[in-house]
Amino acid sequence: MEKPPAIVEIRDLTKVYYRGNQIVPVLRDISFDIGQGEFLALMGPSGSGKSTLLNLIAGIDEPDSGTIKVGGIDITALPETELARWRAVHVGFIFQFYNLIPVLTAFENVELPLILTPLARNERKGHVEMALRVVNLADRMDHYPGQLSGGQQQRVAIARAIVTDPTILVADEPTGDLDRVSAEEIMDLIDRLNHESGKTIIMVTHDPRAARKAHIIRHLDKGYLNDASPQDIL
Amino acid sequence: MLLLKIFFKNALRHKLRTGLTVLAIAIAMLAFGLLRTVIDAWHAGVEASSASRLVTRNSISIIFPLPLSYKDKIRQVDGVDIVSYGNWFGGIYIDEKNFFANFAVEPRTYLELYPEYVLSTEVHNAFLRDRKSFIAGRKLAAKYGWRIGDVITLKGTIFPGNWEFVLRGIYRGRHSSTDENQFLFHWDYLNEMIKKTSPGRADQVGFYMIGAKNPNLAAQVALSVDRAFQNSLAETLTETEKAFQMGFVSMSEAIITAIQLVSFVVIVIILAVVANTMAMTGRERAAEYSTFKALGFRGRHIAALIFGESLTITMAGCAAGMIATFPAATAFAKAVGTFFPVFNVDADTLYLDIAFSLTVGLLAAVVPTYRSLKTGIANGLRTVE
Repeated sequence: MEKPPAIVEIRDLTKVYYRGNQIVPVLRDISFDIGQGEFLALMGPSGSGKSTLLNLIAGIDEPDSGTIKVGGIDITALPETELARWRAVHVGFIFQFYNLIPVLTAFENVELPLILTPLARNERKGHVEMALRVVNLADRMDHYPGQLSGGQQQRVAIARAIVTDPTILVADEPTGDLDRVSAEEIMDLIDRLNHESGKTIIMVTHDPRAARKAHIIRHLDKGYLNDASPQDIL
Repeated sequence: MLLLKIFFKNALRHKLRTGLTVLAIAIAMLAFGLLRTVIDAWHAGVEASSASRLVTRNSISIIFPLPLSYKDKIRQVDGVDIVSYGNWFGGIYIDEKNFFANFAVEPRTYLELYPEYVLSTEVHNAFLRDRKSFIAGRKLAAKYGWRIGDVITLKGTIFPGNWEFVLRGIYRGRHSSTDENQFLFHWDYLNEMIKKTSPGRADQVGFYMIGAKNPNLAAQVALSVDRAFQNSLAETLTETEKAFQMGFVSMSEAIITAIQLVSFVVIVIILAVVANTMAMTGRERAAEYSTFKALGFRGRHIAALIFGESLTITMAGCAAGMIATFPAATAFAKAVGTFFPVFNVDADTLYLDIAFSLTVGLLAAVVPTYRSLKTGIANGLRTVE
């Protein structure tokens, strides 16, 4: 099978944390590509650096050295304002705890990223309704997060992630806070977004069942990246 | 619009905490408003003074009298238009606690000098005709339920005896700052009685009120009057009515300064309360603010959310405090009786309420905004409320 063109190119990436005077390396000289439309799962034990790697790819953390190019743009060279603009356009976030704004309805939560775009109110409405239909929550658009189940909240979060049609979707433990049934629904939905819409998805997970949906699984351990077959890990 | 909705709704997320904070601000603004109104009331006499009115008194002290004969000499001074005179009577109505200002004045010239005491021509003439009569301000008459024709007895302190007066008129103030708690009667009546009881004190006045032809010449007129009585047995001190009133106010300067200080301390305390509320809010919402930033919202958006919420809370408290100030001021004025002849909540006090609330709202948001902007997105997202 032909390898898709790289949408994310990571080169010589390192990241350390400082604990008092102690330097703790989190990522050590990481280099790899993620192809357009690929679904990558990052796995590894706690503290292995997988969430840090995801944050760096999503442009919400800064590396100590190395480069990350997304769609040809070196995001490590972007100033904060440009980076914020870049995230708004190119990254869709799915968090473990959904991170919805509790005072906004499902509709308004999904509309939030569109406020930063030049879209008119009517256009925004169209986009939001479509995103909520994709996640099968069109009938819950006036509900507040507190009135929705965990699975429904995560679906709203997915609708918020895809509403701007971003270049990549990053998901940090998207099923970590869900029961088994809801987790399966969410993974089916993410899988569908990858298959039907060709979205590039980078997901951090501890859950082998969730990781099974990915095309590629990469394993991080003590800051080193290992290629691994799903069978090896699962 | 959505951001506007967020900070309004955020302000109501912890209803009890927000409610208590709003209540604290309202009470602080009420206290501030009342204290400022007390200070204003202290200065009311100064504010109500006319630039063209001068007061002449004995240069040694106000308690020493001046001869009635000075009247004609003062009238001859260049720039003098009207000369009136009077005495502080210091009478007590029934009980000492019923304090109000009562003056024996030369009524015709005095009312000419004080056109802000509004009387109908009929009442004015009736007052002038009857030497035993007096006029009272609207508030004073209302307080004691006096009606035209009532005979009122004042117990003299400076001028001993029971003094009977007939109420011939109730004046109202032309301006909101006009004192409507005065009791004015005929100086001639006082003088006649003194002549009978203690003739040595007769034909003496406590002060002269002078109306200058031109307010710009007031200083010159004051100088000329004092010069006219230089080296006499009773030298005079003439000053503008404003300076004269200020002299009384300055006697209470320490109290006024203390009240002023307390009014500002109230603001500082409320700043600490709101800052604490906003700091708690900022900590609780760290993950939310980081979510906003992850979605592409920038620092100014986060600042708008925090400042907006802080201002929503402070301005709600300010509005409640301002509204409560009016009935509280009315109740306070009623409680202190005629101690403050004019006790009105000034527009400037309300502007100060708004200005301080805005300042408190803005300052309280500075630290949480700074912290929120300094917190990395990844770190903020890890924060669990």
